[in-house]
Amino acid sequence: MEQALPDPERRLQPAPLEPLGHPDAGLESAVGEEAEGARDEGPGDGSMMENNFWLKKIEISVSEAEKRTGRNAMNMQETYTAYLIETRSVEHIDGQSVLTDSLWRRYSEFELLRNYLLVYYPHIVVPPLPEKRAEFVWHKLSADNMDPDFVERRRIGLENFLLRVASHPILCRDKIFYLFLTQEGNWKETVNETGFQLKADSRLKALNATFRVKNPDKRFTELKHYSDELQSVISHLLRVRARVADRLYGVYKVHGNYGRVFSEWSAIEKEMGDGLQSAGHHMDVYASSIDDILEDEEHYADQLKEYLFYAEALRAVCRKHELMQYDLEMAAQDLASKKQQCEELATGTVRTFSLKGMTTKLFGQETPEQREARIKVLEEQINEGEQQLKSKNQEGREFVKNAWADIERFKEQKNHDLKEALISYAVMQISMCKKGIQVWTNAKECFSKM
Amino acid sequence: MEGECRAPQARSSGLPAGGGGGESPGGDAPLPGSSGSSALLQAEVLDLDEDEDDLEVFSKDASLMDMNSFSPVMPTSPLSMINQVKFEDEPDLKDLFITVDEPESHVTTIETFITYRIITKTSRGEFDSSEFEVRRRYQDFLWLKERLEEAHPTLIIPPLPEKFIVKGMVERFNDDFIETRRKALHKFLNRIADHPTLTFNEDFKVFLTAQAWELSSHKKQGPGLLSRMGQTVRAVALSMRGVKSRPEEFMEMNNFIEIFSQKINLIDKISQRIYKEEREYFDEMKEYGPIHILWSASEEDLADTLKGVASCIDRCCKATEKRMSGLSEALLPVVHEYVLYSEMLMGVMKRRDQIQAELDSKVEALTSKKADTDLLTEEIGKLEDKVECANNALKADWERWKQNMQNDIKSAFTDMAEENIHSYEQCLATWESFLTSQTDLHLEEASEDKS
Repeated sequence: MEQALPDPERRLQPAPLEPLGHPDAGLESAVGEEAEGARDEGPGDGSMMENNFWLKKIEISVSEAEKRTGRNAMNMQETYTAYLIETRSVEHIDGQSVLTDSLWRRYSEFELLRNYLLVYYPHIVVPPLPEKRAEFVWHKLSADNMDPDFVERRRIGLENFLLRVASHPILCRDKIFYLFLTQEGNWKETVNETGFQLKADSRLKALNATFRVKNPDKRFTELKHYSDELQSVISHLLRVRARVADRLYGVYKVHGNYGRVFSEWSAIEKEMGDGLQSAGHHMDVYASSIDDILEDEEHYADQLKEYLFYAEALRAVCRKHELMQYDLEMAAQDLASKKQQCEELATGTVRTFSLKGMTTKLFGQETPEQREARIKVLEEQINEGEQQLKSKNQEGREFVKNAWADIERFKEQKNHDLKEALISYAVMQISMCKKGIQVWTNAKECFSKM
Repeated sequence: MEGECRAPQARSSGLPAGGGGGESPGGDAPLPGSSGSSALLQAEVLDLDEDEDDLEVFSKDASLMDMNSFSPVMPTSPLSMINQVKFEDEPDLKDLFITVDEPESHVTTIETFITYRIITKTSRGEFDSSEFEVRRRYQDFLWLKERLEEAHPTLIIPPLPEKFIVKGMVERFNDDFIETRRKALHKFLNRIADHPTLTFNEDFKVFLTAQAWELSSHKKQGPGLLSRMGQTVRAVALSMRGVKSRPEEFMEMNNFIEIFSQKINLIDKISQRIYKEEREYFDEMKEYGPIHILWSASEEDLADTLKGVASCIDRCCKATEKRMSGLSEALLPVVHEYVLYSEMLMGVMKRRDQIQAELDSKVEALTSKKADTDLLTEEIGKLEDKVECANNALKADWERWKQNMQNDIKSAFTDMAEENIHSYEQCLATWESFLTSQTDLHLEEASEDKS
């Protein structure tokens, strides 16, 4: 997959270490522009000239996997797999590719990258990683992480992840992502220095918001339901598919026994011998054909799995919206209550309960000076609150707008990818049927010659 | 003479090959007095015809074997036996049609058992009527088989379905078991009817035609329990001695039977296992399609594609079901019958060996005892005839059995292959039409986008 990624230093400057969606970001205008620019796939800094000079395209591949041993954080020996990431820049004119970067990364570093992206781009449906542990295995597949087939499928999954990030109009510009591809040593430290872990929303806070939010955007509520349904139906499908694969494996393999027995039987037969022997050979062919068939199906299953994990990414965006909305609602509520207090103090009526009011009642009225002071404090607070509310509102609206734009992009991608996957499944079935017809036609000929 | 020979050719089963048994009777025959070879042929035919009631063709067989259960008779003339070299089936001239159906459960205070209705339609003169309907239970079939084995110890009697299934079957009277048994009993009777010798067995006729009380009284006749036990004891004693020298061809036969038995048993197991795996595959597939429908409910753009996939899967599911039923109706019963045949064959070999052992022991007695030499010699003479007769019968029947086996196995496996091909073709058509519809849509959409 190719991606236009021009001169890194210039390109990524507009996307600094305080990217879009950062809670403290005051870069609203830049945010807006970023989003606009991203959709046009043009330069974020507004310069149109750069477009014409984007001659370089890059190719990313995870080309190898290697077993390594090392010491972990607790100084214990461990075995892990490292993956080679190669980045090539393709000269537009002659199409030749030049290896620009090559480094090794392990799965945990991919996880770190993704967690970083989740914090800094909460309005983006961040592509998922391939599964950490093998799930939905059928008996022949190994659940062992070190199994070469699993490692191979994971390698493909990791490559797919990088390609998805690189082809995302916004994510591809991130500096940390760029460094992931180019800076082997010290990358982990660089990521941690951004302090993203601290900026992550706490699970508890998010859960609380989900329950208490009063007016979330209906589209997000619907999206949440959709992602729950998607996750549930794809898991179910994958589970049954694995069982079906298991059974099909059994059917094919048992036929292989015919091969052996026919061959032994043919030894005592005169007329039937040849027919039996050659039919037996076809039974062997039939039995062994299932291995390739099911391997292809695993790739199909992996395509579905990606969207299973995407469901969680969708939910993450919804959660962020709920959190922001809840925050907004709380801020508005707080502001309203302060305004009320202020009014009461000014007019002398006490409608709302306040500690000051109570103590005043109990211990006597406060002096006008004291009251003035309090009103002043409240007025300041109200001012601040109104500013904050305004900015929160704006942030919220921006978030919804940008998130929804990415969700629409995601929906199209999903529909396209899943449709392709389903069609490829049909193609696989067709190929399997054709093979079956061929083998049994041959076998039938042998039988009829017995 | 020729006229007499030619006319009643309706039943030619058992007609010697030498006499042109493969030809249709009543067809053109060379005129007497024509070329030498045909005259010879004719002469043979004439000779044999002279020996017998030409209307009762099968009585020629009776001269070879003790056909008649009422009077076991030793074959009189070795010469006539030797002429009879081949048994041939004449399927075109089938004159005995038997069906086994309508299993019914009968409950008495002592036991519960199943009877089967047996309908026989025949044009044979020796039957009093042209149609018979009787009810028989498994025990009756067992009785028939034992009588046939006694009457023809070295003929390959068709096998009966097992008395009971040892493993897996809890309920003796479940529907599948009864149906499988019914089909096997049907096969059993028809195989007897098709056998050139067995078809004319008197006990067989009684089995097909007698009413219940007639059958019981008939059963009581014939060698009693004690004499049967006596025979068994002698047989066991003889088999302990072992066979001194089994003729070469029977050694080969025995070897074949041993290996065949092994292999057919394995094939039986493999076939049963395939059926089981297919069934489990089918069960899972049934669940697979509907999930796609469920999914389509939460999708818009993908809904059609998902529904398409679901319908393809369901159709493939049906194709699997059909394949399974083909397996259980055609391949499995045939393979299983030959498993039982292989056991039967081993029994036949044993009996042949016993007959030979009897002769061998008498010969030994003659050489050692030197007493009653005259009596012994006479006995030996009879036994030699018996052995020769048994061996020839077995050889002939063996060839016939092998031919049948080859045909049966060949057609069973060819049919299975055909079923599989058909099943895959159906699935292929389903998926291909789905694919076409999807790519057509895709092209439509693409052109819409462009416009």
